[in-house]
Amino acid sequence: METTGAMAETPLLDIENLRVTFRTSHGTVEAVRGIGFTLGRERLGIVGESGSGKSQTGRAILGLTAGNGEIRADRLRFHGQDLMGFGQREWRAIRGKRISMVMQDPIYSLNPVMTVGRQIVEAYTTHHRVSPREAKEKTLEMLAAVKIRDPESVFGRYPHEVSGGMGQRIMIAMMLIPDPDLIIADEPTSALDVTVQLQVLAILDDLVRERGMGLIFISHDLSLVSSFCDRILVMYKGRIMEELKASELHRAKHPYTRGLLDCLPSLDGPKAPLRVLRRDPAWEIG
Amino acid sequence: MPMLEIEYLNVRFSDTPVLKDVGLAVPRNASFGLVGESGSGKSTVLRTVCGLVDDWDGTISVADRKLGAKRDLAFYRTTQMVFQDPYGSLHPRHTIHRILSEPVKVHRLGDTEARVAAALAQVGLDATFRFRYPHQLSGGQRQRVAIARALILEPQLVLLDEPTSALDVSIQAEILNLLQDLQQRLGLTYVVVSHDLAIVAHMCETVAIMNRGRVVETVATGALGDTASLSPYSRQLLVASKGYDRAAVDRFVDFE
Ligand SMILES: Nc1ncnc2c1ncn2[C@@H]1O[C@H](COP(=O)(O)OP(=O)(O)OP(=O)(O)O)[C@@H](O)[C@H]1O
Ligand SMILES: Nc1ncnc2c1ncn2[C@@H]1O[C@H](COP(=O)(O)OP(=O)(O)OP(=O)(O)O)[C@@H](O)[C@H]1O
Ligand SMILES: [Mg+2]
Ligand SMILES: [Mg+2]
Repeated sequence: METTGAMAETPLLDIENLRVTFRTSHGTVEAVRGIGFTLGRERLGIVGESGSGKSQTGRAILGLTAGNGEIRADRLRFHGQDLMGFGQREWRAIRGKRISMVMQDPIYSLNPVMTVGRQIVEAYTTHHRVSPREAKEKTLEMLAAVKIRDPESVFGRYPHEVSGGMGQRIMIAMMLIPDPDLIIADEPTSALDVTVQLQVLAILDDLVRERGMGLIFISHDLSLVSSFCDRILVMYKGRIMEELKASELHRAKHPYTRGLLDCLPSLDGPKAPLRVLRRDPAWEIG
Repeated sequence: MPMLEIEYLNVRFSDTPVLKDVGLAVPRNASFGLVGESGSGKSTVLRTVCGLVDDWDGTISVADRKLGAKRDLAFYRTTQMVFQDPYGSLHPRHTIHRILSEPVKVHRLGDTEARVAAALAQVGLDATFRFRYPHQLSGGQRQRVAIARALILEPQLVLLDEPTSALDVSIQAEILNLLQDLQQRLGLTYVVVSHDLAIVAHMCETVAIMNRGRVVETVATGALGDTASLSPYSRQLLVASKGYDRAAVDRFVDFE
């Protein structure tokens, strides 16, 4: 078994010079501008301010870029397979089964007219041949694993009948149940309180360690990412500014990363005004 | 006398008790924090003060006036709320001008144009923003508009429900600074609900920690460092807010 943070022979994910560009009526938007990284069986954090391209990076890996967008890359490989040449059929075999993504807006990505239980069962039976009873049992187990207090009752509810925090956990259960090799989790715990948040992260953590899964964890929360992940990529305006060992985030050198860290209020900090970020145009070209 | 005083507040939603004997007192020009796990009743406390909850008993006083079952128009000149989700709380098809001028008209304050311009300036937005719609603003700008709408009636008490949870850290810092600056200049009193203990410690002198509809304890934020003096529930909340620690997660317990 691989140890956390170590690189497998062929990385799970190997990306070089990835670009995502959107055409709009006001011109083009360069959401991702030539980024590259590899991912092993580890927890990789992506941080950066709103609009820096974190979600679009995740979506590009899953072939889910919106219709007005175009992806280019010198290399975009999963398990050595070239994702750039994928057609609908190849995507179907991988998406949800070997790579899955927990989307930023959980309620929005659930089907509003189907009970959450049925949706999770479906996510499981699409990829596994089991009896309906087994599928339901597995679903209830998964709901309990993401700390839903009353799985039986939640199983029968529709998405609008659960709170925001529950919706996030349901999405996580749905993504985990097919047992993928790679999970992209986009702000998966932002609506959860601090204790439940850590409990959900512990589940992801155990999957990385016990099953050798790879995890990309997208978040605004710098201190959470630094305590949870192995490595961190810091993005700004579609580019990677800095890559760091997570435990060494506080020693970041790039002024953008430092600027983000300086903005954070602290438990014992002074009540004086917080520092705000001053952006340097040079970071965009750098 | 406190700006806001709540005693023995009980709230039920279809026979399920959601708040149980909640009590708190917020001095004038102070900031008071409310924290606790999801579903513990933080938003319900604010919503009840604001008159958005029907079935409650206990006493609530704002600016020395005891509140009855219904809130009159005058109440909202004293007390305003900024909601958890700035996107959802601004009408998507109304311009910023309309969003800000409507309360002025409802309260017949007059000088609509001047008040709208002043409210925008107060939150650091220039007058050209009047013609935009909410979806044409960034998350931080939308939150500024939500704050401007609360301030345009010149309230004394402002209830802030997760004022920055939808924003990234750089914009969060701007909004928190703005709120503190406005508090000093206008003598406002704040109640701040947040999942983030660091925000509450930064903004507030005092914090009430809630669990399952009850206030577990009320402490000075300066005392949060001294975890030994806290109740086990609050201590667990503090441990969790210090970041991920696999071993600590296994020690988490459910508090009744
Ligand atoms: N379909 C689209 N058409 C045009 N521009 C788009 C489209 N989708 C995203 N963008 C733009 O791409 C950029 C990157 O967006 P992305 O969602 O990746 O940001 P993010 O880092 O995830 O931000 P947040 O933290 O707010 O979620 C933004 O400027 C966004 O407005
Ligand atoms: N309109 C309603 N009908 C029934 N139950 C409700 C209603 N609104 C809230 N509740 C319940 O009341 C309890 C307290 O909810 P409240 O929104 O006050 O929690 P909160 O502490 O603000 O949580 P969060 O941190 O998730 O925002 C929860 O159990 C919630 O499910
Ligand atoms: Mg995003
Ligand atoms: Mg709430």
